Amino acid sequence: MNSSNLLSIVTFTYGLAAFLYIVSWIFKKEMPGRIATWIAIIAVLGNTGGIALRWIESYRLGIGHAPLSNMYESLVFFAWTIGVIYLVVEQTYKNRIIGAFATPLAFMAIAYASLSPNICDRIQPLIPALKSNWLIAHVVTCFIGYAAFAIAFAVSLIYLFNQWKTVDKKSKTGLFSHLPDSRMLDELTYQMVTLGFLFLTVGIITGAVWANSAWGSYWSWDPKETWSLITWFVYATLLHARMMRGWEGKKIAYLSIIGFLAVMFTYFGVNLLPGLHSYG
Amino acid sequence: MNKKTGSADFSGRLWKLFTSVRLTVVVLLSLAVSSIIGTIIPQNKRPDEYLNEYGEFLYKILSAFDIFDMYHSWWFQFLLLTLMVNVIICSTHRFSALWKMLSVKSPSFNVSKFRNLSNKEEFTDSRSPEELRSIYMPIVSRNFGYRRIEEIDNGLCIFAEKGRWTRVGVYVIHFSVVLLLIGGLIGSIFGFKGFVNIPEGETIKSIRLYNTGKAQKLNFKIRCDNFNIKFYDSGAPSEYRSTLTILEQGKSVLTRNIIVNHPLRYKGINIFQASYGELPPEEITLNFKNRATGISHKKKVSLGQQFDLPEDMGQFVIKGHRDSYNFRGHDLGKTFMGILTTNDGSHVHVIMPVRFPVFDRMRKGDMIISVEDYDHRYYTGLQVTRDPGILVVYSGFVIMIIGCFITFFMSHQRLCVEISKSGKKSSIMVAGTANKNKLGMQSRIKKIVKSLRINQ
Repeated sequence: MNSSNLLSIVTFTYGLAAFLYIVSWIFKKEMPGRIATWIAIIAVLGNTGGIALRWIESYRLGIGHAPLSNMYESLVFFAWTIGVIYLVVEQTYKNRIIGAFATPLAFMAIAYASLSPNICDRIQPLIPALKSNWLIAHVVTCFIGYAAFAIAFAVSLIYLFNQWKTVDKKSKTGLFSHLPDSRMLDELTYQMVTLGFLFLTVGIITGAVWANSAWGSYWSWDPKETWSLITWFVYATLLHARMMRGWEGKKIAYLSIIGFLAVMFTYFGVNLLPGLHSYG
Repeated sequence: MNKKTGSADFSGRLWKLFTSVRLTVVVLLSLAVSSIIGTIIPQNKRPDEYLNEYGEFLYKILSAFDIFDMYHSWWFQFLLLTLMVNVIICSTHRFSALWKMLSVKSPSFNVSKFRNLSNKEEFTDSRSPEELRSIYMPIVSRNFGYRRIEEIDNGLCIFAEKGRWTRVGVYVIHFSVVLLLIGGLIGSIFGFKGFVNIPEGETIKSIRLYNTGKAQKLNFKIRCDNFNIKFYDSGAPSEYRSTLTILEQGKSVLTRNIIVNHPLRYKGINIFQASYGELPPEEITLNFKNRATGISHKKKVSLGQQFDLPEDMGQFVIKGHRDSYNFRGHDLGKTFMGILTTNDGSHVHVIMPVRFPVFDRMRKGDMIISVEDYDHRYYTGLQVTRDPGILVVYSGFVIMIIGCFITFFMSHQRLCVEISKSGKKSSIMVAGTANKNKLGMQSRIKKIVKSLRINQ
């Protein structure tokens, strides 16, 4: 079995976990949720194996490099980071409803990698610009940041549903009647944003140091750089609004959603714009 | 109202504005939104490209706002400056209050405040407060650096705290932001960024600047000894390598290979492998084949030099060459162009794609002319920069990461264990506060209670 096949199986495993989390949430059953956790663990392990296998395969091809060099590989890694952070959150907060929103994100990332015709899953040699020790540090930190923001986004969505539910008192028996308590969600959004902010900061900095050693300037207002800074500004705003002006709840949830849209544009949208960062 | 209070009023309001977080939020969001423009409209292109794209009217409006170089425009720089002033004033304003709190030798604790906390835990123990004190102290010391015991009406209180200093975290981040802005400023005032193309074997002593297009003299000369590209089996490039020699006063002082990601740094100047190109060949080997007899002749010629064709068939000159040549929708690749002057004085254009030596057969002339070989000469394209602000920027980077870590993952925690006598037993109240991660503090209190009750 090669890594691409393994990762295709992992894609469906994530899909199954997501499905079960959603079933457990909608039908308020404990059992599908428990199974979902185990399947999510299997998916993350398989994902880990897929990344490791791909790494080994690249060495067998004689072009050995960490599997973090193109859109396919970054999406697979993105799914992995979302999966890992989600499982940690689930363990810490003993709550599976977040899974109904978080695992679909991991599933979508890896499904897009495996199924989109525009994304090539072949192992390619590194272009000269990517041959650097900064590659791993830069990509890993950026994607941990992105994944933390993805979880924050999922939690913010749940928070807003939760609010919507409290406004509409009649639906007390409806979908959201057993959603986790709002304070916890609010706090969790903030926690995930701080985690993401730290890693986004480190990711931008490693990227800047790398750019300085490759092109001779640590900042050149390339669209990807600029968009990562825009993302940083949005989350910096969120943190200031919360720490200094005491914003919480809905306002923070909306800012976290805007922030994640900026993350998504930094990741995908920028490829539509002209610039240096053309490898994804 | 006299003038003096009027201006005091104004500066007071200005001070208030710059100490407000509202301004920070507005500036941050303005920077975020305005930065989008520069990612949608390509920056720093030639005016005629913009004129084509936007038309004259829109071009004039956009260029009036420096949209085509917006990150260096006065209004964007003004936003950055506002951010910097805001950060400095906000931080110093608040830091003085924090400093008082940090420099206190023995922090003040108020039991009643802890009693009012919602996360407090209460339990009873059969031992006396004095006994419990000696049992509890080591447990508290395990987790908290500062401890103090205070007697209260019918018992005692253990106060403890740790991480008071972590409150500086956010100021550390703000300091790093200021360092980054200063470092960037130093770089843009005292540094430069330019490029130079050096043909193999040649030496240069000045480069051309990107922003002004002017020449910048270097304190030394750079010679390109060799340029080399390596390819993967797939044909994709794997390495661009230039061998460079630095010369000072005519003597070579250093020879080094540079590749992408491994630049040469010499006397504060950074030299990067940025691009390459092929130079016009000096010597071209042509092949002339007589269509009737099939006899071939080879001749080495140079660009632009007119010469007589073999078998007295006229004269020929190579006028130029292109890297690509479009023929009926196909790219023929590197192609030479020449002019044939026949014996009756007429001029005929001859196209000679290197990859297709039989191409000229289509002309149906007496001679089929093709390029057999030519010497490959490259020039290396170097980016040359000087940035004296880089150390400031890099220290800003390090400090920012440390600051983020302190701010987000460390907190100032305060704990109060109140032990009061109630009859023969003691009743115990444990409560704590943290300036961040309050849920985490709640579970930490639970853990401490658990270890306090372990030998009950």
